[in-house]
Amino acid sequence: MFKLEGKNVITLTVNGEKRDVAIEPADILLTVLRDQLGLTGAKPGCLNGDCGACTVLIDGWPVKSCLMLAAEAMGHQITTIEGLKNAPIQKAFVENWGFQCGYCTSGFLMVCHSLAAIHPDADEYVMEEWLQSNICRCTSYEEIRHAIRSIITSA
Amino acid sequence: MKTIGFDTLRKEAWDKVTGRAIYTGDEIKAGTLHARILISPHAHANIKSIDTSEALKVSGVKAVLTGQDCAVRIGSILEDRPPLAVGKVRHFGEPVALAVAFSERAAAEAVNKIKVEYVPLPEVFTPSEAVESTAPLVHENLSSYKKAVSDVYPEPNTNIAERVKIRKGDMAMGWAESEVIIEASFQLPKSDHIAMETRNAKAEILPDGEVIITTSSQAPFTVKKMISQYFNLEEGKVVVKTPLVGGGFGGKAAMTLEILAYLASKAVNGQAVKIAYTREEDIVSAPGSIGLEAKVKLGATKDGCLKAVEMTCLLDSGAYADIGPRMAKAIAVDCTGPYNVEHVCCDSLCVYTNRPYATSFRGFGHESYTFCMERSLDKLAQTLSMDPFDLRLKNAILPGSTTPTMVTSTTSNTGSLPACLERLKSLINWGEGSRIELGNGIVRAKGISSLWKTSDLPTDAISGALLTFNADGSINLSSGAVECGPGMKTTLAQILAETMKMDLSRIHVKLDVDTQVCPEHYKTVASMTTFMAGRAVQRAAEDLIRQLKSLGAVVLKCPPEDLDVAEEKVYQRHDPLKFIPFKDLVHGYQYPDGQSIEGQIMGRGSFIMSNLTTLNKDTGKGVAGPAWAVGAQAVEVEFDTKDFSYRLIHAATVIDAGKVLNPKTARGLITGGMCMGLGLATREAFEYGDQGEMLNTSLRTYKVMHIGQEPVYLVDFIETPQINAPFGARGLAEHGIIGIPAALANALSAAAQTELDQLPITPETIWQAKTGGKI
Repeated sequence: MFKLEGKNVITLTVNGEKRDVAIEPADILLTVLRDQLGLTGAKPGCLNGDCGACTVLIDGWPVKSCLMLAAEAMGHQITTIEGLKNAPIQKAFVENWGFQCGYCTSGFLMVCHSLAAIHPDADEYVMEEWLQSNICRCTSYEEIRHAIRSIITSA
Repeated sequence: MKTIGFDTLRKEAWDKVTGRAIYTGDEIKAGTLHARILISPHAHANIKSIDTSEALKVSGVKAVLTGQDCAVRIGSILEDRPPLAVGKVRHFGEPVALAVAFSERAAAEAVNKIKVEYVPLPEVFTPSEAVESTAPLVHENLSSYKKAVSDVYPEPNTNIAERVKIRKGDMAMGWAESEVIIEASFQLPKSDHIAMETRNAKAEILPDGEVIITTSSQAPFTVKKMISQYFNLEEGKVVVKTPLVGGGFGGKAAMTLEILAYLASKAVNGQAVKIAYTREEDIVSAPGSIGLEAKVKLGATKDGCLKAVEMTCLLDSGAYADIGPRMAKAIAVDCTGPYNVEHVCCDSLCVYTNRPYATSFRGFGHESYTFCMERSLDKLAQTLSMDPFDLRLKNAILPGSTTPTMVTSTTSNTGSLPACLERLKSLINWGEGSRIELGNGIVRAKGISSLWKTSDLPTDAISGALLTFNADGSINLSSGAVECGPGMKTTLAQILAETMKMDLSRIHVKLDVDTQVCPEHYKTVASMTTFMAGRAVQRAAEDLIRQLKSLGAVVLKCPPEDLDVAEEKVYQRHDPLKFIPFKDLVHGYQYPDGQSIEGQIMGRGSFIMSNLTTLNKDTGKGVAGPAWAVGAQAVEVEFDTKDFSYRLIHAATVIDAGKVLNPKTARGLITGGMCMGLGLATREAFEYGDQGEMLNTSLRTYKVMHIGQEPVYLVDFIETPQINAPFGARGLAEHGIIGIPAALANALSAAAQTELDQLPITPETIWQAKTGGKI
């Protein structure tokens, strides 16, 4: 347990690098990543945990950064879309037309990337259960399904 | 062809999978102030007083504005909407006041401390109630509102903002020739666009009066014109910038937050102010889709030949007209669907109610009236004991028939509905039967719908393209069209590459729009970008080619007409080995002794709609759009007769695309439209409390389609060229949505053997229709 009051400088580990940020206790991780670190790949879509556009990985697991306080992320490995470098899922989304406007894409990519790492043999049911955390309004989901299927062996 | 007709990755594809694609809210600048709005908790109420004193005491607050601080009314058709309510509020969610502060949190705190006293007024919630003479008036001074266009006819002292009439043929004759007549009525709810990026905007005013607005808009040039007009600013002093847009679906074609951002900036001496709708505000305060109440009467001969169509459409435009009068027009223009009907009578009214106001939504009203018409056709087929497919095929519009507004159909302007229907028939295996009992109470059923749509844009809508050469011979392409998802900038690059006969990778597109440097594109709406901006690009390319040949003729010492261009070379047609590369011409040609001629070669292309007319006020006769795209759709379901639940099995679309420019992108647009149509058909609708308060204002309560809920999609294209369109391609970005709600309702009506005439269709609504709500 720790206690924060007023403005505090904390250190976050983002995409493998230590970054100092000045936060208030109520600051959510999403706004700190965007406003202070310029990592704008994670998007605000509802700030209510319903749409998944702000998804980042915490220790490899997808987390909606609008529902996590920046302070809670201390001591954890935070991965944002900017931290993916030639991940197979990025190419898979490009090759399968997995997006149109692109606004939800970072969030979907993070969920898919984590799914491929944690459940490399995920079946259709597991895949749907994971991806139902996110909303895409442009595609029919068919393309996203094809993209994740192309990197998960047995799905 | 080397580019057109091939799968082409969107130019910004890698930006979008790396988090590097920039949207309006991603441009974060220190020192930017934040604004938040206070919205009305009432559907209709007088504002007795507003006390902002406590709000102004909040630390970090710079200004608080109310309707008294901005004496303008805005609207692209009728100027009926104050940016902040004045005197009274007309819908739940209407902006009433705004606070500007150093932080969003302080602005939100200030907004919570604004005290407003309301005196509730009688509300009117449905368009059929609103057109009654005793209905409360949403706008008492309707006749005093300025019209932004000449052809709109609000009816004073009523709630009717517009009435569009179609009078084609002779209805008496039509009914006399009809051996079978069916009637039906429909009620469709309002819903929301739910673009994943909520609307947001920034404004600042520079010391010399220049206004810089950055906005997530489908219509930056409209924002520029409106801001300049309402605030009496020189048009060139208003600069509007639009980076990538996170989904529009018509919802970002209306000016909403931009004017509030401008007013907020003005209140703080021109400092940059940012304003973004929360998801809840984006649903309740920003405009959604229209609702529709419709009555349909169809007459036909015993063998299924449609003779007469009579329709009354009451569009629920909510508290403000916005583009509603034009949607009333669009519905009237295409009211019969793509069928040959000699006698047509349609009254399409845009009606004010105390619901949240509406704006354009993917399909521009077509998904609504198509539901009514195509459900009616299934009822007619049932009455006639005719196959619903045969009924549609028999009446399909053909070259030589006339549309409801008396436009003669041609192969070019309409394409081929029969070809779409026939292809759909095999795609969904219609021949196996439209209702099959699988045992254990499970029924598999199919429903179909035809569709068509034209553009309904202003008769003088313009677009332009500017091309500049880089020294290496590659081309920069600038257009005023906004990239909001359909990949239009890539389509334009394809059109340019094909016309110049060069490699697509050598075309560099400007993805964002800046009204100061990009040529105007009317609005990125109506599935018209490929047609309008594409034509402009073709013209600009021709302009480049003319200049390249002219300069090439000097260098190659031959007449320009002997030259052609390809592969970044100007070459002699009769002797292609005599050529000069673009790179030696495009930034001027230099002789060996150093002397140079001509400078950078630039191409300009301008386009304006041609041969469109306004509609005759009494008959509706006129040309509303350059062409139609027609199509046929089907949905297949598995229905459980025991508990009224159902599963989506297949959704299919065949569209006459004219020419498919980019197959994977075209398929994605069609399936995306189908997915949204299935959302409307199965779950999406605004829900209200007794006082008109909206109940489902978050994505947890307003549900859209999620992965795993989708059917298997089947898509195919017919290619009947639209002769005056780039490479023959018709607009199709909206069309996937249009017939899907109708097709689903037809499938489920067949499955459940009951008439499902409302949306959305849930197990509960089927149970109610089937049992009358009795347990």
